[in-house]
Amino acid sequence: MQELQQPVVENIVEMTHICKSFGTVQALKDVHLELRKGEILSLLGENGSGKTTLMNVLSGIYFPDLGEVQINGAPVTICEPKDAFALNIGMVHQHYKLVEVFSAAENIVLGLPGATTINRRALARHVKEIADKYGFQIDPNKKIYDMSISEKQTVEIVKALYRGANILILDEPTAVLTPQETEKLFEIMRAMKADNKSIILITHKLNEVLEVSDRVTVLRKGEYIDTISTQDASVQSLTDMMVGRSVSLEIDRPIIGDKRPILRVTSLSCLTPDKTRALEDVNFEAYGGEILGIAGISGSGQRELCEAIAGLYPVAGGAVLYQGTVNGFQVEENLVGKTPNEIAKKGVALAFVPEDRLGMGLVPSLDMVDNVMLKSYRQNKSFFVDRKTPQKVAEQLVEDLEIVTPDVFTPIRKLSGGNVQKVLVGREIHSAPRLLIVAYPVRGLDINSSYAIYRLLNEQKEKGVAVMFIGEDLDVLMEISDRLLVLSGGRVMGIVDPRRSSKQAIGLMMLGHEVETKEGASAV
Amino acid sequence: MTDNDVNKDLLTLEDSVECPTPPGDSDLLVCSIQEPFVRIAKRGTVSTRHRVMVYVIGFLLALIVGGLLLVIIGKNPVAAYVNMATGSFGTKTSSAETFRLAVPLLISGIAIALAFKMKFWNIGGEGQILAGAILSSHVVISAVHAGGTMGFVPLQIMMIGAAIVGGALFGFLPALFKTKWGTNETLFTLMLNYIAIEYIIFLQSQKSWQSPKSTYPKIINFKDFLPNLPLPKVFGVHIGWIFALALAVIAYFYLSKTKHGYEISVIGDSLNTARYAGMHTGWIQIRTLIISGALCGLAGYFQVAGADYSLTETTAGGVGFTAIIVAWLAKLNPFIMVPVSIFIAMLKKGSLAIQSTMKIPASAADLLTGIILFFMLGSEFFIQYRLIFRRSATKIEQMVEEVSA
Repeated sequence: MQELQQPVVENIVEMTHICKSFGTVQALKDVHLELRKGEILSLLGENGSGKTTLMNVLSGIYFPDLGEVQINGAPVTICEPKDAFALNIGMVHQHYKLVEVFSAAENIVLGLPGATTINRRALARHVKEIADKYGFQIDPNKKIYDMSISEKQTVEIVKALYRGANILILDEPTAVLTPQETEKLFEIMRAMKADNKSIILITHKLNEVLEVSDRVTVLRKGEYIDTISTQDASVQSLTDMMVGRSVSLEIDRPIIGDKRPILRVTSLSCLTPDKTRALEDVNFEAYGGEILGIAGISGSGQRELCEAIAGLYPVAGGAVLYQGTVNGFQVEENLVGKTPNEIAKKGVALAFVPEDRLGMGLVPSLDMVDNVMLKSYRQNKSFFVDRKTPQKVAEQLVEDLEIVTPDVFTPIRKLSGGNVQKVLVGREIHSAPRLLIVAYPVRGLDINSSYAIYRLLNEQKEKGVAVMFIGEDLDVLMEISDRLLVLSGGRVMGIVDPRRSSKQAIGLMMLGHEVETKEGASAV
Repeated sequence: MTDNDVNKDLLTLEDSVECPTPPGDSDLLVCSIQEPFVRIAKRGTVSTRHRVMVYVIGFLLALIVGGLLLVIIGKNPVAAYVNMATGSFGTKTSSAETFRLAVPLLISGIAIALAFKMKFWNIGGEGQILAGAILSSHVVISAVHAGGTMGFVPLQIMMIGAAIVGGALFGFLPALFKTKWGTNETLFTLMLNYIAIEYIIFLQSQKSWQSPKSTYPKIINFKDFLPNLPLPKVFGVHIGWIFALALAVIAYFYLSKTKHGYEISVIGDSLNTARYAGMHTGWIQIRTLIISGALCGLAGYFQVAGADYSLTETTAGGVGFTAIIVAWLAKLNPFIMVPVSIFIAMLKKGSLAIQSTMKIPASAADLLTGIILFFMLGSEFFIQYRLIFRRSATKIEQMVEEVSA
């Protein structure tokens, strides 16, 4: 807060006393933010700390309950996104807002006032100028549906710049990028900064904060904590500010000696509903007592792979072989073509924590008891449901996993993200699986809950369960996995030993460069 | 449009890229330096007291707006409201009539709630009621042509069976098409309503359904030819009301205590979760719609055997649609549907009463009921949301101080 006393500093954005509540949830409580001309400011905080809400206030999506916004020293009222455009504020949202069937250039001018026809040549030229100025690579005539995630992001940024933004807000831009793409984005951000543009970077990745930003503003649970210069910060100090106390950032990787194959996937292929390739010739084995990490840019076939194994996605070819024991004999059960119910009836101990927790794994408006019995309610023959047993399980889970809830009869949707995930993971683990598939288990969770989930997965691994961990944070994947399978465009690029691979090499594989994987084989 | 025009436009855009708006100018572009006059915000938890308050205020406002309507057409609003009340509950006969109107509303409200709970938008209650009424009338006509001497019990059993089959078929078809081919159930059930009505019009032209002496296309009064048809009355209302009340209890337990009810809740919340849990989602939807349709069909049977003793295209009389309001106002809770359906029946009976006693035109009386229902449904908005009006500068300062402290 020292800066306030120095009148020489020019603040292009000043937000003071911002409050915003949704129902009874106070999302922002007396929050401040200053952005200087020509700087990169990181807005740091855990999920649910109000970063995005604050920026939505600045970009006109929410109107604050209280507080003042000043642009260039003059108080302004931003009622809708249009007002923010007029003030040269541009926001690139986490979920891109592009029309898939339009080209890059068409998306860029979409919604702008102007003549009824578009001069495509002039438009393309103008887009090119912006791109060259900052080092973007963009083909104005390419359709959005042909683009990679990183290209789509470029279109969103160019769109904001085309509209004259000199205050640019980037909401978790690196969450979906490979290490290489992230580096490229940072270069562009530095070029924009050199051009006297001001950038707010919303993130929860500390390394990025340290690498690219000048100052960092930290929020915690909707409250303003502090703004400090990046030079004075370290990963540990920022974490402590973000969480509110000192936390350890180590992830364990216990080594289990006895590994037995539990799942064998051979030449598995799947098609999307449009009959394009979703998975092609996927081969791998999962062993009990290890965590098999699965990395890849989002949309590389992770969801299809999980759902195909769980019997929820149609398989075009290949086999998913589960190694079970019947009367002491090893048998292989092919899961392809079976419904989830049939898979369960065969005695296959498979547990699946899907990516979309509230849309697939849980029933948000029902209470914890009803959610716990989701897969087991059919076990007795009675016409009526037995809620006594699941209630005991639910109460046990609340105790074991320290789930914060008024009681087990509160609708799941009223719990916080971390507790929702604990309910889901807890239920799946309670079913005593031999194969546990978890997709993005810590997405949207705070640091504490994330580490609680990592511990649970490691516990399962130590019990001899085969864990498949689909993740997006490469650092975490490399720390927790015993082997790491890299997917790109629905194909397996290789299975590597994360202890003996570099982040750069894995990044290249995620982009589709195949790598020989001798290490992977030897790790087994 | 020439290229020049477009270029001009692009040039202005380029300008804004090169030279950002100067600070002083920027606020001119914005919607003035104050917050919007009124904003909408979601409420958090809502107490029962608040909920009741909103409904009471909504009801009073409805009476005021309806009163204005009555004043405009030159009637005394107070007298009209008093007449509505006495007309629906003033005498033993009028109360019986009100409860008789509530019976089909309650039965079909529960039926529709089963489907709605699954987010299956069954707006074909009307058609399902008529399908039940039509098939039970077929039984009646066969019995009439067989001499009209069929015993009470076999006649009623056959009629009930026919009504269940008719309603269930009209529920089964849209469910089958939706689960197999993804057709839209709203359109499908709506269309079936017309099929049922048109089929009744067809029956009216059939000689075997008309009175031998009549030349007018009208279906006979069944009671005249089949003395065993009318259902016995308890407290002045046909025994359908006992069934309806029992149904409310059964439906409550079906939804909250059985596996079927559990499956309905899961599918209603997330079809994907149901699939993930290994439920047979298609069959569950079909099964529920068969039950939903069959119950509506039963409502149709009670109309034929308990109330109308005939079949006309107004046998359902909009009950299938009004039942949606019943289900919705009661938040799909079968117990709450009991008072709600009586309330709506009261409005209906009251509006009939003021038509005859005060010579208020039918259209105005219906408008009045519409206004009251509109306000009751609109109250929901004020339960979920609140309006925030622009505050004064001093008030804002005060709030800032509070927050900072």
